[in-house]
Amino acid sequence: MITKKVADVNAALQGVKSGMTMMLGGFGLSGIPENAIARLVALDVNELTCISNNAGVDDFGLGLLLQKHQIKKMVSSYVGENAEFERQMLSGELEVELIPQGTLAERCRAAQGGFPAFYTPAGYGTEVAEGKETREFNGKMHVLEYAFDADYAFVKAWKGDTAGNLIFKGTARNFNPNMCGAARITVAEVEELVPAGTLNPNQIHIPGIFVQRIFQGENYEKRIEQRTVRQKN
Amino acid sequence: MALDKNQIAQRIAREVKDGYYVNLGIGIPTLVANYVREDIEVEFQSENGVLGMGPFPFEGEEDADIINAGKQTITTLPGASFFDSATSFGMIRGQHVDLTILGAMEVADNGDIANWKIPGKMVKGMGGAMDLVASAENIIVAMMHTNKAGASKLLKKCSLPLTGVGCVKKVVSNLAVLEITPDGFKLLERAPGVSVEDIKKATQGNLIVSGDIPEMIL
Repeated sequence: MITKKVADVNAALQGVKSGMTMMLGGFGLSGIPENAIARLVALDVNELTCISNNAGVDDFGLGLLLQKHQIKKMVSSYVGENAEFERQMLSGELEVELIPQGTLAERCRAAQGGFPAFYTPAGYGTEVAEGKETREFNGKMHVLEYAFDADYAFVKAWKGDTAGNLIFKGTARNFNPNMCGAARITVAEVEELVPAGTLNPNQIHIPGIFVQRIFQGENYEKRIEQRTVRQKN
Repeated sequence: MALDKNQIAQRIAREVKDGYYVNLGIGIPTLVANYVREDIEVEFQSENGVLGMGPFPFEGEEDADIINAGKQTITTLPGASFFDSATSFGMIRGQHVDLTILGAMEVADNGDIANWKIPGKMVKGMGGAMDLVASAENIIVAMMHTNKAGASKLLKKCSLPLTGVGCVKKVVSNLAVLEITPDGFKLLERAPGVSVEDIKKATQGNLIVSGDIPEMIL
């Protein structure tokens, strides 16, 4: 059996260098690779290009890398909730490429599945389509978008096994499965790492072939961005 | 009287039909879920990866792994499912979602919509809005008819960067229900106590008024 297990987060991030392009899973703060982000901060690598739907909040998630000016460019669909991000973007310190969320997901999936590019109707006629090839299909205009080209993908799953198979939980799934296998090296951190053979093969969301390194994550904070509740009556 | 945000949501809820899969945007659209008739079956989709969204959790039952596109903690209803982002936008792009309700800063009388960026001021990003408006067959916009300064947000041409072109089908504002036709905004209903004249004054885009315009039923 092929094993993908590495000892810890330090081993998992071997080879990470300044100037690289990283994919990071998560939607808001849900399902973000907390351990990998903490390690990127500790490694003090900079000039990073980060592909991630959001940019965290000021003091958590990718906000931790922004605070230390480790990010050169962000590729995201929505970057509200982060004042430091907005400040760096408006001052020109941070390069930002905002793209539609479905296009972001599909550019990951295209990279995972070996499609160099695809046409989508999203963004046609807007500034997102400026300079891009367009084409009409079935009477509707579409924009040509390219697969991402990334060095590392950092994803977070709920459970995983030593063969690299992954199971996600709830909406913490989001971009994580689409980023697996979409970069040269995919690093998965999991809340519970089990021996191969323990998980039911019928319930695997992402097969281990898309994952190069897997490790048991620790100290998950799982911060809630908008705690909304209703009253019992 | 012009409608308040809850009343706009209440009026839009009447557009939600039995068996619909519905995507609700952030803001007024989120409130629509509170007013959908109880005798019909509807599933709400949130583009971060859930179908069959339920109400907010009871205190102490929040789960960081179960949120909606507004990053709010939610619950799921029987029959719910979770999925990845690419699958989620496949539902949207592939037109499997029956109705999309979203907010707007500006709508033009040809169906163009702007709701994601104010150059130099607000740079938060488009999220899923561009995918939604480019693909959905049935888009209703929930919005205020004018801005705080009283200027119309229903225009001949959007002044803000566009989210999508020629895609809006219907607008429900605090003053009126309007349909986008090849000739412009066709006035369908007035808010209770609001006159056609009031709506004309608040609409900069081409407004078509034909025959008696009924008051809306909430």
